Amino acid sequence: MTAARPAARAVAERVRDPELPVLTLADLGVLRDVTVTGERVLVTITPTYSGCPAIDEMGADLRRALTAAGYADVEVRTSLHPAWTTDWITDDGRRKLAEAGIAPPQRVGPRAAGPIPLTLTPPPQRVPCPRCGSSRTAELSRFGSTPCKALRRCEDCAEPFEHVKEL
Amino acid sequence: MNVYDGLTAGDSGDAHWAFGTGFTEPLAGIDRDVPSGVDRADLTAYALMLGDDALVASQLLAAWTSRAPELEEDVALANIALDLLGQARLLLTRAGEVEGRGRDEDALAHLRAEHEFRNVHLAEIDCGPSRMGPSAPGRDFAATTARLLVFSSWKLALFARLRDSADPVLAAVAAKAVKELTYHRDHAARWTVRLGDGTDESHRRMRAGIERVWPFVDELFTAHPVETRLAAAGVAVDPAELRSEVDGVLDEVFAAAGLERPAPVPVATVAGRAGRDGVHTEAMGFLLAEMQHLHRSLPGAVW
Ligand SMILES: [Zn+2]
Repeated sequence: MTAARPAARAVAERVRDPELPVLTLADLGVLRDVTVTGERVLVTITPTYSGCPAIDEMGADLRRALTAAGYADVEVRTSLHPAWTTDWITDDGRRKLAEAGIAPPQRVGPRAAGPIPLTLTPPPQRVPCPRCGSSRTAELSRFGSTPCKALRRCEDCAEPFEHVKEL
Repeated sequence: MNVYDGLTAGDSGDAHWAFGTGFTEPLAGIDRDVPSGVDRADLTAYALMLGDDALVASQLLAAWTSRAPELEEDVALANIALDLLGQARLLLTRAGEVEGRGRDEDALAHLRAEHEFRNVHLAEIDCGPSRMGPSAPGRDFAATTARLLVFSSWKLALFARLRDSADPVLAAVAAKAVKELTYHRDHAARWTVRLGDGTDESHRRMRAGIERVWPFVDELFTAHPVETRLAAAGVAVDPAELRSEVDGVLDEVFAAAGLERPAPVPVATVAGRAGRDGVHTEAMGFLLAEMQHLHRSLPGAVW
């Protein structure tokens, strides 16, 4: 009976992010772990931001998908540590974002310890326009429609676009 | 069936207007033990101090939604408020579980009285938006910017150190919050420069905003006995240690904005007691009435 079920990890990996539906939770890097013990599936996810309102939606979507795939006992846990970073968005995820007209984040790498420097002037950031590819783009607002996105505009094709900002 | 059914319907997360609002297991996956030798009452109090700072600051920032000078700024302040609310929820959850009396984040946020809140005064004072009539210097967007600049500079310095806390939950919350606060501080700093280095009127407003918040700055660096004891145990940060770093950041912003750091103002206390002891300013009662009334009128309401 269990043989007919798809692997729990594969089911969980296909669930989409509620706020960036072009990405799966696996693309976004928020899917930490899927463990099957007997009849029980334990899924661990991580919030992108402390106040991320989508985290409960993600849990509900995971439970729904796994239940539909034949797993009766599903638990979803949220884990804060280590903290999510946009570096965890996969290469596949970055490509899907760009194809959807959303500029992917740049890699930030590990942070240095000690005091965090103030950035009074935004560093010139080369965020290519996802529509025309021009590198002449400017930030309109650092806070966009969701906590993870900034709003930019292309100075060549004049279109506004969203940018998943580095965290 | 009535119009309020949606407010109290189930907890499936599906029947609500938008996304659900409850973490089912907000601190799962983190070691939840209280470090050995640490007093539970002290750790509860410390988590409340940090949680209340974030909760109260979030509540007042959210009041700017639809009142900011431009649409982008409505969105920015709402996003910052949401980050702070997320931090508050985690910290209050930690306070409740260490306390061990069955109080969750909602009980702590909505069912405590004013004297049980332990936030600093800077978080609670009225910096606008004005409820009636035009905004006035010290109660306007510039004053809110000044508060956000000082608050996030202080919090960022504190949380950067708290990443090494002996309490695993505080360390994990701090590691997450540091990235968010870095954005908040940069945002407030750039607005401070834009207003301070703008027109005569914006400069005047920005200066009034800084003067408005300055009497509440010394309190940020004054250690409460709970902080002193927990700092010795490696759990908390002694806020006095943060002063030179925060002063350095503020001086850099003020210099770029053409503003001067005001002279120090001694902490206003009642017999030596201030926000960390549950002694608050007149603004706190109004704030709590607004924040708590829905939960108290409709216990358990969600949307
Ligand atoms: Zn373009």
